[in-house]
Amino acid sequence: MSEPETSLKTVPLDAGHVALGGRMVPFGGYSLPVQYPAGIIAEHKWTREHAGLFDVSHMGPSFLTLTNPTGDAEADHAAVAALIEPLVCGDIKGLKPGQVRYTLLLNENGGAIDDLMIGRSPLFPGSLYIVVNAGTKDNDFAIIAKAAGDKAKLTRADDGALLALQGPEAVAVLETIVPGVSELSFMHYGPFDWNGSKLIIARSGYTGEDGCEILCSVEKAVQLWDALLADERVKPIGLGARDSLRLEAGLPLYGHDLDETVSPIEAGLNFALSKRRREAANFPGAARIIKEFAGDLKRIRVGLFVEGAPAREGAEILDGSGAVIGRVTSGGFAPSLARAIALGFVPPAYANPGTKLQVSVRGRLQPAEVTSTPFVPHRYFRKAKAS
Amino acid sequence: MTTKFTPDHEYIRVEGSTGIVGITPYAQEALGDIVFVELPAVGKVLKKGDEAAVVESVKAASEIYAPVSGTVTEVNDALSGEPGLINSDPTAGGWIYKIAISDAGEIDGLLDDAAYSDLTK
Repeated sequence: MSEPETSLKTVPLDAGHVALGGRMVPFGGYSLPVQYPAGIIAEHKWTREHAGLFDVSHMGPSFLTLTNPTGDAEADHAAVAALIEPLVCGDIKGLKPGQVRYTLLLNENGGAIDDLMIGRSPLFPGSLYIVVNAGTKDNDFAIIAKAAGDKAKLTRADDGALLALQGPEAVAVLETIVPGVSELSFMHYGPFDWNGSKLIIARSGYTGEDGCEILCSVEKAVQLWDALLADERVKPIGLGARDSLRLEAGLPLYGHDLDETVSPIEAGLNFALSKRRREAANFPGAARIIKEFAGDLKRIRVGLFVEGAPAREGAEILDGSGAVIGRVTSGGFAPSLARAIALGFVPPAYANPGTKLQVSVRGRLQPAEVTSTPFVPHRYFRKAKAS
Repeated sequence: MTTKFTPDHEYIRVEGSTGIVGITPYAQEALGDIVFVELPAVGKVLKKGDEAAVVESVKAASEIYAPVSGTVTEVNDALSGEPGLINSDPTAGGWIYKIAISDAGEIDGLLDDAAYSDLTK
C-alpha cells in the first residue's frame, strides 16, 4: 500500500505570493493564493476595470510535436491534428497558424474528461500548444501521449510559470514590456523574446475580459511577475476572484460544471463542436452528442439569478411547485452585479431565460430566475476583419 | 459591561441581562469580504451552541453559534443592506443580534480577552 500523496507542490512564484500577503490554500495539488490583502471583491473589481495578474502555474501547458515532420506546413499540421482529433470534438485541422481553440477531451460516452485549449504553432509545422487543467493533467497527458504513439512527442511545460494578465488595460500594459503583443488577435498565440528569454503568449483567459496568458521559464518568472506588477495598472489577483470572474463570465469550471458525465451540449458548449467534426461523427461519444445537438437531451446548463443568500454548488434547483429538477454546480456572489448568481443543470423545458424557479439554501426555498449567460458581457478583443 | 468570546470566534458584549453578539475582528479577517448575512428571527429561543445566524463570504457560508442560551430580542437589520459592516466594524456597527440571556452562569464559561488573544496568536 502506498502512502497517500499529501504534500502540496509549490509554484515558482510561491515566495512572491507570501511576500505580497497572499493567503495560501491547497488547490489542484498546489499551494496557491486564494486572495491578497485587498480581498476578493476589490481584486475582482480591479480586474474588470484595470489589469489583474494571476498565477496559473498549476495548469498544464504542453507541446505535441510530430516526430518526423516533412516540412510541408499544411501536411504536417494535418498529420498532428489527425492524432488529437480522435480524442476531442473540435476542429483542430482547421486551425490557422497561431490560432488557439477551446475544445473538450471526451470519453467514449461523450462525457468531458477535461476542457482544454489547443493552438497551432505559428512557426513549427506539425506542432500544437495544448493547455489542460491542473487536477486532470496527468490523466490528460497520458491519454494524449498514448494517442500520439511514436508519431509525435508530448513535451510537458508545466514546470514553468504560467501567468494570466486579464482586464481592459492588460494588453496595453503587456505591450510596454513585450512590444508587439497587442498585434495578437483574440484566441491567437505566439512566441515573444523578452530579456533574452522566450515567452509564449496567448491572447486568451477565463475571466471574460481581454487579456493574455503567458508561459515563462522558471528562471525568468519572478522578474516577469515583478515587471508586470511595477505598472500601477496591475495588481495581483488570487484564485477567489478568478473563480468569481469566470462565474460572472458564465464559463464552466472543470470538476464542478463539467465532469465525465457531462457532454459539451449539456454544458451549453455547442460552439466547441465544429460542423466538420459533427458531420463526420468521428469523435468519442458522437452518437450521444449528435442526438443531443439535434435537441434530444435530458439536461442543460443554465444561468440563474438567485434572490437572497448565494446558492452554492450542490444546492437543489426546484420548479415552481417545489419538485427538485436539478442542482447548482457553481454558485456564489457576483461582485460586479452585487447579487447572487449560479450555474446549474435543469431539463430543457426549464431552460428558457425568464423561467421562474427556486433554489434550496440551508433547507429554505429562495426564488431564482433562469437568465442567459454570460452574466457580465464578455469583452474579448476582436480585430476588424480585413475585407 | 464585559465582553467574552467563544473558541468559534463569536463575541458577546454583556450589558446587564442582554448580550450583543457578533464575530471578532480575527474572524472577519479570516472570512474575507462578507456578502450576505442570514439573521435569526426576533423571538427565537436559542440554546448555547445552537446555530443562530449564517455569515456568507464570497467563497463560503459560515454558521454563527449562540455563545449562551436565551431569546433573540433584536437583530441588526443594517446588515441586510450592508453586510460588509461586519468587515469594516465587526465589534460596533457590525453586531449581528441581541439576546436576553437566560442563564448568566454560562457567561463565566466563555473566554476572556486574554484567553481569546492566546487562542488567536
